[in-house]
Parts: sequence; structure tokens; C-alpha cells
Amino acid sequence: MATPASNRTLPAIQVDPTNKPYFDAAREGRLLIGLCKDTNKHFWYPRGCSPFTLSNNVELVQAKGTGTIYTYTVMRTKEPYCVAYVELDEGVRVFTNIVDCDLDSLKIGQKVKVVFKPTQGDSPPATMFTPA
Amino acid sequence: MSINGKAYIVGAYEHPTRKADDKSVAQLHAEVAFGALQDAGLSKDDIDGYFCTGAAPGLGPLNMADYLGLTKLRHLDSTDVGGSSYVLHVGHAAEAIALGLCDVALVTLAGRPRAEAMATGTAPRTWGANVPDDPFEMVYGRTVANVYAMCAMRHMHEFGTTSEQLAWIKVAASHHAQWNEHAMLRKVVTVEDVVNSPMVSDPLHRLDCCVISDGGGALIITRPEIAKSLKRPLVKVKGHGEATKNQNAGYTDVTFSGARWSGPRAFEEAGVTPQDIQYASIYDSFTITVLMQLEDLGFCEKGQGGKFVSDGNLISGVGKLPFNTDGGGLCNNHPANRGGMTKVIEAVRQLRGEAHPKVQVPGCTLALAHGTGGLLGTRHGSATVILERE
Repeated sequence: MATPASNRTLPAIQVDPTNKPYFDAAREGRLLIGLCKDTNKHFWYPRGCSPFTLSNNVELVQAKGTGTIYTYTVMRTKEPYCVAYVELDEGVRVFTNIVDCDLDSLKIGQKVKVVFKPTQGDSPPATMFTPA
Repeated sequence: MSINGKAYIVGAYEHPTRKADDKSVAQLHAEVAFGALQDAGLSKDDIDGYFCTGAAPGLGPLNMADYLGLTKLRHLDSTDVGGSSYVLHVGHAAEAIALGLCDVALVTLAGRPRAEAMATGTAPRTWGANVPDDPFEMVYGRTVANVYAMCAMRHMHEFGTTSEQLAWIKVAASHHAQWNEHAMLRKVVTVEDVVNSPMVSDPLHRLDCCVISDGGGALIITRPEIAKSLKRPLVKVKGHGEATKNQNAGYTDVTFSGARWSGPRAFEEAGVTPQDIQYASIYDSFTITVLMQLEDLGFCEKGQGGKFVSDGNLISGVGKLPFNTDGGGLCNNHPANRGGMTKVIEAVRQLRGEAHPKVQVPGCTLALAHGTGGLLGTRHGSATVILERE
């Protein structure tokens, strides 16, 4: 039995001055992730400080946009949707949705690629994933 | 400094209501505070330390001290780590008492999510403004249920845990709840009942989830001299540990909880081991919460939680580790969506020998209460206390 992912209405994202560059890139269809320049380690979610050293010696860098499903669940609401952690090829695990697929066919370890989905109003798109 | 033996829980009260249509949140706080004072044999003006969380109306201690008429306060603590707060508050109260910061501490919790028709687990919700992770999570429909469900899914993947094993946790809770006249769900259920209940968020079924209830509870904690002057059985605070776990900068592992850190701290302070514990109150927002905490507290090896909870091992009088003998959050009460308070209260009942006779652990002298607050799969608080009957 298949459960197609719903096209539910996505709420607006609250952009703040610190995370704005991430969401500006999302508007252009680019996935960025945090890089701590003190340790050369990636981090998620994007922020203005390094979670490894607390310094502000950080930047956003382009990610490949591919990864695998680390874990997921299908929320069995009227409009079913899949919440997941996707492990990017760069190593960080990203809280997201898996979309444009049969929700009953998903598996941990499955390869996925990034897609951007519109949200309400002038808000930037949401970073989501779909089977690769 | 160790708190071992420096403080005692002398008052514990659980509000009997599970749906408070006709009472305000502040009034529920007043009623549980009064109940705990009566239980202890103390009065309002004995209280000089007050503990509550963001679940209390307004600026917590300020509005509540006003409503309750607490005029002698010299120590306040409103640390909010979700449902684990009230376990943590026991530790903090013992620390404050040990330092001489207060003599009689009152901890209160109250709320009415059921009367307010709140979709606690299935509607996206957040806590306050300017939360830095919200822009990266709320748009995805993050709910309490789906974040815990992702932990269960990964646990099953890594360790082979099954829905039937998780169901045993609910079955055990229901065996206990049948004897609790105040419990919301008193019907004894089977593994089949749980796995055949509607799916909420794969792999968690409706019966893997706790109840939504109104009410609350309160605790009175005091120093040894005062405790020994009262008529109640002596329940000593022996050890406490707290921790917070989060996404670890993107390198998250959702198969374990902060109990891995708070548990050993509490055991070390108490000078006991998991094998010494005769009764355990384990936070049960969902069945998976219990399973992971049992592993992380050291009651079984990591990954063996499914085997450990099977075949009634958590049922009082049947298994090796009686847990949540009031029916827990899964069947009895999860007031204000925060289960830590009732975890401490049932541990106190067990140590006093005042649990229901059908679930009382004979000669119970050493108990543990543990809480997980917030969201297991994103960021949560973890608090453990070890209590001893003297």
C-alpha cells in the first residue's frame, strides 16, 4: 500500500540576521552548511559561532546536496509527511522532510538529494530531500 | 560537596484531577502546594525556598509567590528543562539546603493541557521566540511524537528492537494502573492491543504514547533536623545527576539519552549501583523513552532494552525491576505534559510503603526517579535522583 507524500502548506520560516545568508542561498537553490575555520569541521545547524570553539571564525560553505537517511518517521496525520534526519555526504545530520515519494517505501540508509520547497508568503524555501 | 543525606523529601502530593475544566493553573498550583504541606505536617510560612518552571504562569516564582502568599522566600529556582525539571529540582533543593540557602523547599507543577484541548504530541509546537534551531526544524512539522519516533526507528535499525518489545512497557504500566483509582487508563492491555492501535508516527502507535492530563503535583524537601521532627517516614535524597543532550553540532546520535551522563553522576553520589535499585520511576512520555533510559541508566546493556522489558519484567511482583507503579504517564497521569513530578511522587510512595498494596514493592528502601524533558531526538534535559528510606 502506497502513501504518497502530501503537498502540505509549509509555514513561513523565521529568518534572523545571523541565519539570513543560509536562507538567501536557499532561495538560489544552494545548500550551505557551517564550517568552523578553527577546526576545519562542518557543523549543523548554521549559526554565528563555532559549536567546537565558540569563536566567530565560521563561514557557510556549499554542500554537495546528497546524503543518506539516518532515521525517519511518517507522521500519520490527514496529510501524511515524513520527518527525517539526513546524513549529508559531508557528515552532518540535518533535520528535514523527505518528499515527492511513496512514504511507505523509505528506508534507513537510502540515498537522497536536496530539493527546495516553497513556504508561505515571502519566506525562503524549506530545504528538503527526495530519493536520489 | 555531596548532597547525600543532606535533605529529605517530607511532602509529596499528586492532584487527583485529570481534567480541570473549573480551575485555573494558578489555583492548581495552590492546591498541590497545600496538599504537599498537609502531607508533610508543615505550613505555608515554613517555606523559604520555592521551585517551579516556565509552566507556572507569568514570571514563575514572582507571580506564584504572590498568588500563594509565600512571604518568607530567600531562595528561588526556576530552572526549566521540560518534564525532567521536577527531578532536577529535587537535586537543586537538596544542594540549596546543604548550603544553608533555605530550610524548607516547595516544588510545584500544574497545568491544564487537556481542558485547553492541546494536541500535545501531534501539533508542531515550540517554546518562546528567537529559538535558534526553530528556523531549521519547525517548517518540517516537528512534533513531540515524530521526534521520539525517529529515535525508536533508529533504535530498531541498530539493535533489532521490535514494536512488540516496546509494547511490553505499556502492558506493564497498564497492569499497575488498574489499581489506581485516579488513573486515566485503568484497562489492562496486551501486546496485541498496543501494536494494533492506530499508528501515530512510525513506529509509535497511539498506545505507545502517554496520556494528556491536567493537574499537577508538589514536593516539600527539608533538612535532616526538620525531617526527623515530622511524623512522616524518612525519605532521604541520596544522589542526583543532571545533563543535557542535543544534536552535538550535527553529529547527533539518537539512540541514547542524557541518562547516560546524569545516571552515573547520581549513582556515584549515592554510592550504589543499578543492581541495588528496588523500584524505578522512569520517564514515560513514550514507550521508547523508557527503553532507552533503562539502557542508559545501566539497568541492562545498550541495545538490550527490548529483551529487558519483555515478558513483564517491569511489572511489580512479576519482573526484576518494578517501574511506574502508579501507571506512569502511559496510563495514569502526565500533568501539564511534564512527567517528572509524578515520577518523584510515586518513588516516595514506594519508599514510604504507601503505594497501592497490589503494586507495593516489599521492603522497598532504595528507589530511583529519572526524567527526560524536551525532545529526546533533538535536545533534552536529563535528571536522575536516588532516594533511600531511612
